[in-house]
Amino acid sequence: MKYVTEFRDGDLAQRIAESLAAEARPDRPYSFMEFCGGHTHAISRYGVTELLPPNVRMIHGPGCPVCVLPIGRVDLAIQLAMERGVILCTYGDVMRVPASESLSLMKAKARGADIRMVYSAADALGLARKHPDREVVFLAIGFETTTPPTALVIRQAAKEQIANFSVLCCHVLTPSAITHILESPEVRQYGTVPIDGFIGPAHVSIIIGSDPYVHFAEEYRKPVVIAGFEPLDVMQAIRMLVRQVNEGRAEVENEFTRAVTPEGNLAAQAVVSEVFELRSSFEWRGLGEVPYSALKIRPAFAAWDAERKFELTYTPVPDHKQCECGAILRGVKRPTDCKLFGTVCTPENPMGSCMVSSEGACAAHYSYGRFRDIPVVAG
Amino acid sequence: MCLALPACVIERLDGEELLIDLGGVRKRVSGALTPEAQVGDYVIVHVGHAIGVIDPEEAAQTLALFAELSAAEQAAAMEQSQ
Repeated sequence: MKYVTEFRDGDLAQRIAESLAAEARPDRPYSFMEFCGGHTHAISRYGVTELLPPNVRMIHGPGCPVCVLPIGRVDLAIQLAMERGVILCTYGDVMRVPASESLSLMKAKARGADIRMVYSAADALGLARKHPDREVVFLAIGFETTTPPTALVIRQAAKEQIANFSVLCCHVLTPSAITHILESPEVRQYGTVPIDGFIGPAHVSIIIGSDPYVHFAEEYRKPVVIAGFEPLDVMQAIRMLVRQVNEGRAEVENEFTRAVTPEGNLAAQAVVSEVFELRSSFEWRGLGEVPYSALKIRPAFAAWDAERKFELTYTPVPDHKQCECGAILRGVKRPTDCKLFGTVCTPENPMGSCMVSSEGACAAHYSYGRFRDIPVVAG
Repeated sequence: MCLALPACVIERLDGEELLIDLGGVRKRVSGALTPEAQVGDYVIVHVGHAIGVIDPEEAAQTLALFAELSAAEQAAAMEQSQ
């Protein structure tokens, strides 16, 4: 496939690895956070970790929307489906996210709730057209990449005055999550989570552009390199970060110039700001309440806002006591530091959210890296 | 979740839709977010929407950068050539 295959070339990867090894100074460690789950997945799947010098460490960030969706939000969706009799539609990734009382959307469906997996927000609106006698609610999750399609579907529902459709909005924002990590005690008290720079998101940045990251580079003196999701993109971004650190620079650089511009996709930004406004606070799994980190539907579109329509009240629910997802999402712990990892918590039966999506740190390590942890013993 | 793939635009259809080809599979997606996409362009498709258009020149330059030598290797190459 064009623009995919050539960015996975093994020989070129070796070449980048060699020059990376030559450029990384042996006398200091380098720690970079890849914010996005897409990068976490690429790093695990393509064995990028093995190609890095031993003193270059990647820390997984919280950029997996499924992972950061708190239990209380999934509970709201289950409540709508089981108690209010709505057709609840959502993306496939959300189906297995653990909720209260050992439930998930998948298990609620097994108990008879009408829960449907859709490929696109437009498919959910299609269901509302097809079933005018039923309430159809779209559980919308995702970062800036996934927000514009939700905005389009709400605008379309308003245009057609489709009264039996609404959206339970859980869209979250990347820059506020990065700020939250940089302000966290673990990062500020250098030593617990040392972060020398960030790999910036690929597809989020197509929408928001590279400009929103300038603040982190300037204010926090952290280099940011926006990278595509293919393995060569990630390797090149790490090389660019090592160079910035070596030269004492803290700038925003863009490795993904084939799709990301400084200003981003203006058509997408326009529809998002027409339909959504900032929430003053939103709970993230792992990070807790983060100010101005999520979006809600503007009052002009209140008729399509499931929270208003069904008068939903959010109740926070603590995670499983032994689950380390919170610390893993903040970069404080690794998947293997969790007692539940690979024992009771597996991708088939996830206890914590990081084991659900293939982009979650735990699922990625379970699928592609867990045998690396076991020493090879001959004979 | 943010999974998206590059696909070639085959045709601009009515109602802001695009007919795209992804490795031989043809599909209709929304082109509402990429009004600038033309037939023959590669767009990045996410949850049934084209969210961006790929710049072929930038892609070629990035590929060329991958093969670039490290600073130390460049210095060594310079010395050898002198």
